[in-house]
This record gives sequence, C-alpha cells and structure tokens, in this order.
Amino acid sequence: MSRRIANCPQCGAQVGFRFSNAVQTTCSYCRSILVRHDVDLTRVGEVADLPPDSSPIQINTEGIYDNKAFVVAGRILYEYEQGRWNEWHLVFQDGVSGWLSDAQAQYALSVLVKSSEPLPEKTGLTRGQRFKIDGEWFEVTAYNHANYAGVEGELPFEYWDKATVLFVDLRSASGRFATIDYSEATPLLFLGEMVEFDDLRLTNLREFEGWAR
Amino acid sequence: MSETAPPPAGKVRTLNCPNCGGSVTLRGFAHSLTVVCVQCLSVLDAKSPSLQVLQTFQARERVHPLIPLGTRGKLHGTQYEVIGFQTRQIMVEMIPYEWREYLLFNPYKGFRYLAEYDGHWNDVKPIKGVPEVTSGGKPEARWLGEKYRHFQSARAETTYVMGEFPWQVRVGESAQASDFVAPPRMLSQEVSEGEVNWSLGEYMEGAQIWQNFQLPGAPPPARGIYANQPSPFADRTKSAWMTCLWLMAGLFALLMLASMFMRQEEVFRQKYTYSAASRVEASHVTSEFELKGRTSNVEVNIATDLDNDSAYFNLALINAASGQAYDFGREVSYYHGRDSDGNWKEGRAVDSVIVPTIPAGRYYLRVEPETEPNPAAFKLARTIRYEIWLRRDVPINLFFFLAAGLLLIPPVIVTLRRAQFEQARWAESGHAGDDEEGKDDD
Repeated sequence: MSRRIANCPQCGAQVGFRFSNAVQTTCSYCRSILVRHDVDLTRVGEVADLPPDSSPIQINTEGIYDNKAFVVAGRILYEYEQGRWNEWHLVFQDGVSGWLSDAQAQYALSVLVKSSEPLPEKTGLTRGQRFKIDGEWFEVTAYNHANYAGVEGELPFEYWDKATVLFVDLRSASGRFATIDYSEATPLLFLGEMVEFDDLRLTNLREFEGWAR
Repeated sequence: MSETAPPPAGKVRTLNCPNCGGSVTLRGFAHSLTVVCVQCLSVLDAKSPSLQVLQTFQARERVHPLIPLGTRGKLHGTQYEVIGFQTRQIMVEMIPYEWREYLLFNPYKGFRYLAEYDGHWNDVKPIKGVPEVTSGGKPEARWLGEKYRHFQSARAETTYVMGEFPWQVRVGESAQASDFVAPPRMLSQEVSEGEVNWSLGEYMEGAQIWQNFQLPGAPPPARGIYANQPSPFADRTKSAWMTCLWLMAGLFALLMLASMFMRQEEVFRQKYTYSAASRVEASHVTSEFELKGRTSNVEVNIATDLDNDSAYFNLALINAASGQAYDFGREVSYYHGRDSDGNWKEGRAVDSVIVPTIPAGRYYLRVEPETEPNPAAFKLARTIRYEIWLRRDVPINLFFFLAAGLLLIPPVIVTLRRAQFEQARWAESGHAGDDEEGKDDD
C-alpha cells in the first residue's frame, strides 16, 4: 500500500495515510482533526480525550476477512445508555473500506452499500418490525439514539461535528446484520454479518493485563 | 507504523464503595456499566469515577454464588472469568422459580453466562441473528436449520445482583422471557424496553463445570428433568431398535438355514370317515410308514369337516419293531355363528401338532376318534370325514416367534422410558396440558 505523507498544519508533524481515499484523519501528536481537500490538510477541530474503552482492537490491528487482508485505519466511538461501541474503519488490501463494529466484544463486519430498495423512514420505525433488504428479511432489533463520542485515525468521510445519531440495527434469520445510520439526509445502510473473533485471525491486538491472547 | 502511541493496557482496577467504603474490584475493564459492591450490595455506576450509588438493597438474605466472583475456567478452549452474578425468578401459578446466572468475561471473546437451576447447568451465549418464530398454539423458533419447540414464557425478574455487568442492572427490573428447546440446546428470547435479545444455551453437567473451573467439592445434584436436558433414552431408542432388527434378521436367517437342512418329508397321508351313530369300534391303525434320518420330530396333521361340532382324537405313534408307543390326544373343534356383535368363529377344523424326538424306524399310528353327545348335531348323521398326514423333521416356527417376542422387550422398554422422560420434561413446561402429539424428535 503506497503511503502518502503530509504535514500537520497545526504542529508540523508528519501525518501518514494508509488509506488513499481517506478524507479525515487525526494527528497523533497534537490530536488535531484534519480534513483533506485535494492535497491540503485543514484543521477542523481537536479530538477530546477518548473515554476509556476496552476493545481488544486498536489502530494498526490486522486481520483477514473473506480471504482479504485488512488493516484498521481509524474508528468512530459511540456511546448510548447501554454502553459504548466502536466502529473500526478497515482498509482492505484492495483499497475498499469496511467497518468492524465491536460492542462489548460482539463483532460485526459490514460495508456501506447502496440499497436497491428505498430505506424506511425513521419516523414510525419500531423494534420487531420486519422488512426486506437486499432480498432478505431483516428484523429491527435495536433503535437507539447514540452520542458521537470521538474519532481516531483515518476515515473515508468527514465525521467530527456530530452530536446525536439515530441508529437502527437489524438482523436476519441467517445471521446477517444491517445498520442504518440516520444522521445524514439520505440514510446510510451498512450491510454485513456477525463475525466470530477467532475467524478474523486478528494480530497486533491490545494487551490486557493478566490475560493471554 | 508507530504514529499512535500504544494505548494503556487494560487493567483490573480497585476502587472504594461510596456506601460502605469496602473495596470494589473492576474486572470487566471499561465494559462494565454497573458494579455491585460485594460487601453492602449497593448497585454502583461503574462509569462514574467515584462509583455513584444507583441503588441500595438489603432486602434479602445474602446469596453465595457456587462459583465465586473472580474464578477463572475454560469453556470451548477459551479462558473466562466470573465477573457478575445474579439471581432471577419467574412466577408460575404463584410459585416462584429462581435460577442463578454467572456472567463470564474474556477481553477478546466477550461475554457469556452459565445458568444454573436445581443442579442443571446451561452454557449460554448471545446469538447473532433473529430466529424465526411461528405463532399459534405450539409456537416454534427456527435457528440455523433447527426447530426449537416453545417451552415456557414468563416475566423474569432480577432478584439479586453481585459483581459487574456490561449493561444496567437493578434489582426488581424484569424482562419478558421465552424459552424454546431442542435438547440439549435451548433458545431464549428476552424482551425488555427497546431491545430483543436472543441467546443460545447448551446443557452442561455440573461435574464438567466443577472440573473446568477447578472448584472444590461436588456440584449440587441435579433434581428432576430440565427443559433442555438431553434424554438418556433418545439415542438408545434408535440403537435398541436397530439391534433388535439385526437380531431378528439373524434369527430369521438361522431359521431359513435350519429349514434347508430339514427333511420336511411327508411320510403318510390317508382319508377316513367316522360315524358316531354306528356302534362299530372307531379305533383303527394305519398302515406302516418309515421315519428316516436322525432322531427328530414328526408333525401330525388332522383335517376334518367338523362344522359347529367338535371331536377328540386319541392318538398313538407306535414303533412297529419295539412296540414303544407315543400317546397323545388332540381336540379338534370348529364353531361359528352370528350374534349382536356380528359374525364369530371359534377354533379350526384343522389341527397340527409336533411330536418331538422320535428315533428313525418303521411306525404306525393308532387313531381313536370320539365325539361328545351333541344335541344339535345328534339329529344329523354325525359322520365326520377326516384326513391324517404326517411329516418328518419339520422346522418349529413357534421358537422363532418366542425368540422374536423376547428380542422386542428391550427396545419396547427403552421406547416407553423415553416417552416417560419426555412427559416429565413437558410436565414442567407451559404446555403441560397440551396433547403429547408431535413432541417426539424424530
């Protein structure tokens, strides 16, 4: 993967991009949130201290999914009343982006897709409701307003000024998983499946005191 | 790749309970939302730096978990630590049923539980999807190609909590719980505000858990039959029937083989007429015939034209050389008619008997028919025509049927015990009154 290097407009430190389509990144020295327009980096804000988090995954964790290697390039951290979860931004070897969601060590891997059918309106959606996505029946399993709690690393879009985001989680009877993010004018559909930790063959994980990997 | 400094490693933290000052250990890292002080049982907010008190309860007696908090053990090759404990109960017809849940944690693999009721254990993991549920009188849940039958639905109330949980827990909160079983597995659905959660449990022996978690002593003995306890008879029924089938086939083959080596030879056949009216001595002897081969049986057959009548035959098989006689008697009767229940029949006009172990030699038969005075038949001529024929060295089918009958006993017993087991299982369910149809697995 060719790495592009730029300098942080705030502190001058080198900022490398693992992901050629990255639109946003954070400077790991001065914690500036940087947005890339063409070749210029613009500072749009500063990352607040991320709340403590116990995901075993970290930036630069590597793994394999569907016979393709990926590296973790960034993340978005969300918070809701039942806890926090991470959406880890994965960059596959072919440059495609994916998302590994980690909620209390339950993992789901999804990609942003264009829905063939129009997505349901957020108003009137209820838990237990079923509708078809991509030819398969999905059931709404969670309907949560989450707080955007922070970002880290490279992301494929600008994502730094959110407050509350409405998420709808859906699952199918075959173990497929979908999330609809209603924070944009057109809702974003992430489609994927629940995955087993061991199946991802992850390396470069965080260490936990007293626990063998 | 080292632009990002390595984040601080996950560490077990120890804080003080703001209610009683006792020490509170946080083992679930940042996953824990609530932690319950093991000393004063206050429910604390694990996210607040000073552990704000969310709920205090002293309402009930202290419960001692069978697996202490902090114990580690292996399940499916992964080491887990017990970090939380809760008791929950359902009310069925005003009777509380309480079970215990041990929350297990591994920082890489996440959470699972062990649930225990009356010495029965389940290894439970949240599942990744939504099983399809069919409604109706006997609802079913389908998950990954397997059918689970609805066992029970009830409101499950949390009655006691200790340790840490990655979600908000309070004593007194409740969820609508439904269990579906396909022994040894159980699918459970829990619905509480805003969320539906499914989990899949697998029945475990207490002894296995004691071994995996290296616990002292012995697990509490399991009482009764649990919803998803595997039936010890389920596999045995099939194997018992298979064994029976094979033995039957063997027996049948043996019978066929034996009959191939038997003479089954007709040695004598003759027709006679007996008239009861005549005062002539009815006793007569047949011509001589030869019984060949090894010492074996002789089949004596008598076919009569008796019709609503009976006759008694005194018979003797006599060795022509030695005069040794084998005496025996046969009653032949055949009655039929019609009454309020319809047509009926009793007896047969043909008789057959096997005289065992007759050595080879020349023999003859002495035959003496007798009839009882029969008012109905008396008016008639009372003539009985009969035919006698003998066969040497015949296979005895009765042995086969006796042996076959004995072979059927084990599979029938296993099948009955299996049915009893299933009946006991479902007697504890919400379908205790339903008919038993369709409750068998195959």
